Amino acid sequence: MTYIPPEILQHDAKILIEKLKSKQNSLTPKDRISIPPQEMPTQDPNKRNKNMNEVALGFFVEQAKLEAMRCIQCKNAPCVDGCPVRIDIPGFIKAIAQEDFKKAIEIIKNNSLLASVCGRVCPQETQCQETCTVGKSLKDVNKAVSIGRLERYVADWERTQKNIADPIVKPNTGKKVAIVGCGPAGITVAADVRREGHAVTIFEAFHKTGGVLVYGIPEFRLPKKIVQEEVDFLKKMGVEIKTNFIVGRTRKLTDLIQKDGFDAIFIGSGAGLPRFMNIEGENLVGVFSANEYLTRSNLMKAYDKENAHTPIFDSKIVAVLGGGNVAMDAARTALRIGAQEVHLIYRRTEVEMPARVEEVVHAKEEGVIFHILQNAKQIIGDENGHVKAIECLKYELGEPDASGRRRPVEISGSEFNIAVDTVIVAIGNDSNPLIKQTTPSLETNRWGNIIVDENCKSSIDGIYAGGDIVLGAATVILAMGQGRIAARSINEYLQD
Amino acid sequence: MNKIIEKFQLSESVYQLKVEAPLIATERKPGQFILLLLSENGERIPLTISDADPLEGHITLIFQAVGKTTHLLANMNEGDFIANLVGPLGTPTHIENFGSVVCVGGGIGAAPLYPIVQGLKNAGNKISVILGARNKELLILENKMKASSDELIVCTDDGSYGRKCLVTEPLKELCEQNNKPDLVVAIGPPIMMKFCSETTRPFNVSTVVSLNTIMIDGTGMCGGCRVTVGNKTKFVCVDGPEFDGHLVDFDNMMIRLRAYKKREDSDHHQCHINLKIEDKD
Ligand SMILES: Cc1cc2nc3c(=O)[nH]c(=O)nc-3n(C[C@H](O)[C@H](O)[C@H](O)COP(=O)(O)OP(=O)(O)OC[C@H]3O[C@@H](n4cnc5c(N)ncnc54)[C@H](O)[C@@H]3O)c2cc1C
Ligand SMILES: Cc1cc2nc3c(=O)[nH]c(=O)nc-3n(C[C@H](O)[C@H](O)[C@H](O)COP(=O)(O)OP(=O)(O)OC[C@H]3O[C@@H](n4cnc5c(N)ncnc54)[C@H](O)[C@@H]3O)c2cc1C
Ligand code: FES
Repeated sequence: MTYIPPEILQHDAKILIEKLKSKQNSLTPKDRISIPPQEMPTQDPNKRNKNMNEVALGFFVEQAKLEAMRCIQCKNAPCVDGCPVRIDIPGFIKAIAQEDFKKAIEIIKNNSLLASVCGRVCPQETQCQETCTVGKSLKDVNKAVSIGRLERYVADWERTQKNIADPIVKPNTGKKVAIVGCGPAGITVAADVRREGHAVTIFEAFHKTGGVLVYGIPEFRLPKKIVQEEVDFLKKMGVEIKTNFIVGRTRKLTDLIQKDGFDAIFIGSGAGLPRFMNIEGENLVGVFSANEYLTRSNLMKAYDKENAHTPIFDSKIVAVLGGGNVAMDAARTALRIGAQEVHLIYRRTEVEMPARVEEVVHAKEEGVIFHILQNAKQIIGDENGHVKAIECLKYELGEPDASGRRRPVEISGSEFNIAVDTVIVAIGNDSNPLIKQTTPSLETNRWGNIIVDENCKSSIDGIYAGGDIVLGAATVILAMGQGRIAARSINEYLQD
Repeated sequence: MNKIIEKFQLSESVYQLKVEAPLIATERKPGQFILLLLSENGERIPLTISDADPLEGHITLIFQAVGKTTHLLANMNEGDFIANLVGPLGTPTHIENFGSVVCVGGGIGAAPLYPIVQGLKNAGNKISVILGARNKELLILENKMKASSDELIVCTDDGSYGRKCLVTEPLKELCEQNNKPDLVVAIGPPIMMKFCSETTRPFNVSTVVSLNTIMIDGTGMCGGCRVTVGNKTKFVCVDGPEFDGHLVDFDNMMIRLRAYKKREDSDHHQCHINLKIEDKD
């Protein structure tokens, strides 16, 4: 893909809007489908790979209108079925086409609390956009209506409005709810429970709130200011937030109920336990989990080498293992921190990559070198115990496995080395066992995920859970969706 | 925000702080530690809880000013607030009546050792403490250790106080006795723990060491603190900090501790320059 500068995208959109003005109210579905999909304006790849600022700049108003006009408002609205929280997608898009952005964001907010986050990070191409009729008729999911970009557009529009209404909170009920973890799941529950008039305290292990949105996903993809605004909104509602508080260590989960008088608890502690490959050389100097690398850079701001006290490894040539969002984030961060070459090594093909398509495209544009159907066999160290090279094996695709994806099979004798000084392992996270270990009666499955029923209630009365700690490493929207279910259950539980 | 209520200088570069932290003071057990972060741009560093008073709601930290963060901490005063402090972290020391236990503390290692000595003593063990330091000036906690143990052996590298030897020498002697110790706990610089473990290995005396790897979150989330123990990867912040010294790959750990050496040295140098500037005011 060739890079198109924002000015040109805006210019083209303006001209087209002018052209369509005369028949704006009489567009046929065919007219709509023939409007070209609007590209997301971005920073120039060769500049952005050296700064931390947001890559995607957001639609111009003309683009937002055009993209909204592409929606044919089909009756069966398959996009809504694809959305984990069932936003009235045709409804909000129609409002955008009519330039009623206020109405559009209100429609979204009926179902979603984190529109400016989800508009940026949801895997739309496997959710709402996958089933979009426009995309289907153009036989290309990448030509579906850009629902996510439109969501982001109106969410950002709202953020720039001065007079956002104060949150409405019902009178105090005298009930207290504790929330463990201030990630998307916890934030959602806090808002929905507080609104009913219950006192809410969030306990967060880190010194900063936001969960993965702050320590994992980099600034260039999700500005921290946006997450901060969501948390500020909670504070405005009267939610109390205690950082530097590890439930299970600073205080036992059961003590919160038995000694501190909380009436219900929600656990949204996420999936923070990095998986390693268990290959030779993984403890050499220069090997990091993506969690460590990204936490140093994002949470501890190590990219700001002048001011931050936390160091980050000075890498020249980096190998990143994995093909998900985490791997893309690590690879692109490494470039920004100053690596000369970044190799992304993934054992399946690009089709199977779990990362958002946009992130894959952006990573390539920025110069990340992709090695598909390859995997690390061992990491080779020098005489000082530092990484010197990575030995890889080539793979081919065999029969489909349990996940329905064709299983990569190694080609024997295909070993080869890439000289690198850094290896970042981004092959996924398991759930952190800390709460389970200190709360033996809490039931978990064999991967350590908390077991809940369809109302997100755990095996202990009054204790609910949701997000990655239940689903395994999943997505922001699913964490939010479960948060809403748990909040509803908690609100019902506290009524009796 | 945790208030510093008392500050002492124990030796040339070692300080003791009493810090308000009521919940941690109640929950903590010997062997556990906290992480602190002094400012928005700061670094999260681990320090052992070397004592705690649940009634008064404070914990004691003893640390050596070795680099940027520890120097900044050493410059703080009574009444100042530590911006972020979280804990207690790590798996508590396994305490029971083993019989006779030798506790070896090297340098600043005496600080994390002290609560373990107390815990083991309270459980009914006979305790011999070996304290080692480069010189008399750097020796800390001698009186407290004396009060909590049955026998105290002090040695210095330069002979300026106690015996002139390394801690491994008296340790070996104790292992050679007829009733050899049932357990050895050794805490100090990695090289000291390595050689203590080598000293006890031929005698088959179980040896517990407490590892001081680089940490970030301290909750098992990043794996930055990982070490190789018995050919398996372990996370010091959750699986430790204490491990079987006979199984720890100390050489790998020592290399990993130096991963950011270049950057740390320049920061350290810088903070000495800053200290000098401040001195002039
Ligand atoms: C690098 C990276 C990139 C990602 N990219 C995307 C993306 O593009 N799109 C997408 O949809 N998803 C993405 N994800 C996944 C997504 O971020 C998660 O699914 C989502 O954040 C889960 O939300 P959560 O609230 O369940 O947990 P988290 O966001 O993990 O939050 C859990 C919080 O709980 C705290 N906590 C844990 N234990 C305790 C305790 N004992 N006491 C107190 N607090 C505790 C943690 O510190 C943390 O702040 C990405 C994940 C990573 C790591
Ligand atoms: C579980 C545990 C308990 C500890 N208890 C004590 C104690 O009670 N008293 C005490 O004086 N020291 C203790 N330490 C060591 C202490 O954490 C380091 O001295 C401190 O982090 C140095 O930071 P700095 O910025 O001053 O120095 P730097 O110049 O940054 O580093 C000096 C050396 O400290 C180590 N270090 C650097 N950053 C970290 C980090 N984030 N985490 C851990 N180590 C790091 C490295 O080996 C480095 O070479 C403990 C360490 C661990 C892991
Ligand atoms: S410090 Fe991050 S896992 Fe131990």
